[in-house]
Amino acid sequence: MLDAQGPAAKEALFLWWLMFGMFTLVFFAVIILWFVAIQKKHAAENNTATMHRRWIIGGGLILPTSAMVLILFFGIPAGHRMLPLPSDSEEIFVIEVTGHQWWWEVVYPEQGIHLENEIHIPVNTPVDIRLTSNDVIHSFWVPQLAGKLDVIPGKTNTLRLQADNPGEYRGQCAEFCGLNHAFMQFTLTAHSPENFAQWLQEAQ
Amino acid sequence: MTQESLSFPAKFHQQLEKIWGNLPGWGSLAAVNHTSIGVRFMVTGMFFFLVGGLLAMLIRTQLALPDQEILNAQVYNQVFTMHGTVMMFLFAIPVLEGLAMYLVPKMVGARDLVFPRISAMGYYCYLFGGLIILSSLVIGIAPAGGWFMYTPLSDATFSPDKGPDFWLIGITFVEISAISAGVELVVSILRTRAPGMTLDKMPIFCWYILAMALMIVFGFPPLILASILLELERAAGWVFFAVDGGGDPLLWQHLFWLFGHPEVYILFLPAAGIVSTLIPVFAGRPLVGYRWVVFAIIVMGFISFGLWVHHMFTVGIPQLAQAFFSIASMLVAIPTAIQIFAWIATLWTGKVTFSLPMLWITGFLIIFVCGGLTGVMLALVPFNWQIHDTHFVVAHMHYVLVGGMFFPLIAGLYYWLPHYSGRMPSHLLGRWAFWLTFVGFNVTFLLMHLTGLLGMPRRIYTYEAGLGWDWLNLLSSVGGFIMSIGIAMLIVDIALHFRFGRPAPHNPWRADTLEWATGTPPGSYNFASIPEVSSRHPLWDNPDLPATIAAGEHHLATIEHGRRETLGTDPINGKIRDITHVPSNSWIPLQTAMVIAVVCLCLLTKIYWGALAAAIVVFVMLYRWSWHNGAHPVAAPVRDDDPVNPPLHSRTFDGPGLWGMVVTLLSNGTLFLSLLFGWFYLWTVAPNWQIPDHKAFSISGLFISGVSLTLATWIYLNTLKRLRQKNDLQLEGRLWISTLLGFFHIALLIFIFAAADLRPRTMAHDAILCVMMLYLLLHSSMVTIATLLQALRVRKGYVSRTLPYEPMVLQPLWLYCLSIYWISLAVFLLLPQMRGLA
Repeated sequence: MLDAQGPAAKEALFLWWLMFGMFTLVFFAVIILWFVAIQKKHAAENNTATMHRRWIIGGGLILPTSAMVLILFFGIPAGHRMLPLPSDSEEIFVIEVTGHQWWWEVVYPEQGIHLENEIHIPVNTPVDIRLTSNDVIHSFWVPQLAGKLDVIPGKTNTLRLQADNPGEYRGQCAEFCGLNHAFMQFTLTAHSPENFAQWLQEAQ
Repeated sequence: MTQESLSFPAKFHQQLEKIWGNLPGWGSLAAVNHTSIGVRFMVTGMFFFLVGGLLAMLIRTQLALPDQEILNAQVYNQVFTMHGTVMMFLFAIPVLEGLAMYLVPKMVGARDLVFPRISAMGYYCYLFGGLIILSSLVIGIAPAGGWFMYTPLSDATFSPDKGPDFWLIGITFVEISAISAGVELVVSILRTRAPGMTLDKMPIFCWYILAMALMIVFGFPPLILASILLELERAAGWVFFAVDGGGDPLLWQHLFWLFGHPEVYILFLPAAGIVSTLIPVFAGRPLVGYRWVVFAIIVMGFISFGLWVHHMFTVGIPQLAQAFFSIASMLVAIPTAIQIFAWIATLWTGKVTFSLPMLWITGFLIIFVCGGLTGVMLALVPFNWQIHDTHFVVAHMHYVLVGGMFFPLIAGLYYWLPHYSGRMPSHLLGRWAFWLTFVGFNVTFLLMHLTGLLGMPRRIYTYEAGLGWDWLNLLSSVGGFIMSIGIAMLIVDIALHFRFGRPAPHNPWRADTLEWATGTPPGSYNFASIPEVSSRHPLWDNPDLPATIAAGEHHLATIEHGRRETLGTDPINGKIRDITHVPSNSWIPLQTAMVIAVVCLCLLTKIYWGALAAAIVVFVMLYRWSWHNGAHPVAAPVRDDDPVNPPLHSRTFDGPGLWGMVVTLLSNGTLFLSLLFGWFYLWTVAPNWQIPDHKAFSISGLFISGVSLTLATWIYLNTLKRLRQKNDLQLEGRLWISTLLGFFHIALLIFIFAAADLRPRTMAHDAILCVMMLYLLLHSSMVTIATLLQALRVRKGYVSRTLPYEPMVLQPLWLYCLSIYWISLAVFLLLPQMRGLA
């Protein structure tokens, strides 16, 4: 996940570094205040009115509220951009993936291609993965490209992902699904447009 | 023996001890005293902690190196499922409840909890339930579906083994214990505080416990319902979660996290209560912002019930809801921050004595702040999509739970040890234990954040080499073993201190709260006499209080009557209302818990006739339990010297029983609401939900049955009205009429149910109707039989104009039965039909 290769993963990574930076500051500020308070040699003046204002309003209300507003300011639009909303500008490539105990069935509905545990996509193109389950709940996750989405019986969830660079990416089931959950893996290969066209032809 | 008790005639204390003490030898199994029960809870909880810790060591051993097969997938799945289950249900909650049971009466100035037999039964339910769950691990058929038991993985198709049954039945058994302790703590805090202790003079710890207990009361029923439904699906094939018949696996997740999220705060609040109690003592100054902290506790309690969806961000919930739950999840940061800054401010005002408990509190702060901040990160939906179900979450959750619960617990343990043992802990060994635990913990879990960021999912039993996870996992395992050495040292320190600790002076930490005014170690009756309280810091105001209490200079310093008595006071202003008498040692709690264990074992082995028979025996025993109350010879028979001002609670219209009934019904009502939630959820969301065309029940029959119930309730209420006016003419006859109408209502209901054409195995709609019918039948039967017993008690002379208390306790139950009956009729039967007409 730290080596993000798709727009959704990059946004999540940006949010991570933003929050990591902010919260490291908050963390050390709180801990330093704590130790100063413990180490002080003399009891402070006990003026409750200013105490309440200074500590509880400042630290208890203003600090968390402003931190939250800042995070949500970046976070909510980022979350919105990750959703599989209908796009006017470009056509979305659709792949259907079904979770089984303990393998992934991959179908290209328009091309009539059937695969097991491997997915091929064109680079720089948004792809919608339509997820459903044949048995228990699984979760579809390619850490370097996008967040995960649960694969639930009786329900079709759609995950949008896109690879910015050609290459082979590791995918794994992220929801505990029984005995061989650890081995429920797949590879996702992103091809350049020419290579992808060639692959399609060969696979059909 | 403390100096004070010697200065007062020892005979009085001996008499008190004789009335309040446990029976000798094996008889101590019949003990109901809160000090004994509280300690038993904590010791048993610590045992389960060691079991859970051992499982954690197995997990870390397996994951230390890539591609290991020390544990195979099957065993590993059992181990991590049991680690979570044991730590959450068998260690964390019971230990905190045990601590609360031990401390609360002493802090509020009472001699015992209000329902001592319930404490004892709760303990045995916990012990037996825990052993049942543990036994599955010993014989190798433990649940392996995760402590969250998601369906359909946990249903009969995908888990045909017995594992999930052990979980569902065992945990429900343990939860009886949690809820009963919750009810008892709420009522004890509200109704038995020392005179003058208004709500805003209550020790802050009791506010935390009040919030925790109420959250247990409201938080556990959804899980109990979900467990019952899943067990019915597994054992009888009724459809609730299977998509085919109109169920939905996500219903399980909603019900589970409706419990599961408040659970986190149920664990954190008492621990924060320990911190809020200890910091003022070691700073030597009152807590800054007491009212702010109380406000924060209440807000936290409420918000925690709105957060459950943040465990489900990745199931594909609409964007708007996710923004809402993102914000709601982050809002919890505000009450948390208020408390943290109130603590820092308190330290700032005082001069801090940095002793062993403070060391653990400092460890708590560092770890917990870190865990809280990663929690805010996880609340952000787009980030959560990436990090959900990875080792980052494992790290976060251990920072919150170990930091937010275990470290304060140990701080509290060291702080209150002298109270229980009368000895001081060692400084050297204690500090070593702290540093090893602290360092080991951070090595294990700080690195685990990075493991998660590098893409390692949770709950995988092994991983390939070369993914960048190897060295991190190895170090985490090393850290885990350092931590376990620290904990071993902790246990050694505590064990040794009982033998070698130097005797503690009275009130060794110079605390301000009443629990340090008892003897150390405390007598079984806590206080020889119960003092008036006029501030939040009774011992700082009057350091001589322990002496005057022991000298019997305050309330209730008589014992000739032979009853166990404490003061019943007003829930708000703390004015004396009555003398609450509580039951003495009893074998019934142990016997009842044993028969409930038989019910569970019969269900596990599928001997259903045995389970039914044992369940009936349980009810008989519970009614026998209720028989030993009020003016019954083993409780508080009428005597010539009965006190008049204040009177005994069983001679009034209001007492702890009534409060206990109301709080229990709140909990029960939450279960009913969860069922309604499930009904509407499946109706609106489940992909294959269908309402059958034919009418399942005879509506006119149900209407007649309902009228009969309404009449029974009306006559009962009318009888109570007359009783309030001191009129007990035909009391028995009127109770009989209510009883007979109740039985008619039940008989009709059974007939309608038996004649109904229901297909619970193929249709979720019918399965829920069946549960509803069983629920109504159970409640109507309970209240009708209880009323029958009341009629018999009138004849025996235990209930009359001068003893009007017990019928009052049943009043809310009648009203509850009436309400759920008509609500069920409207929502489950009429509403679908109206929709059909439209």
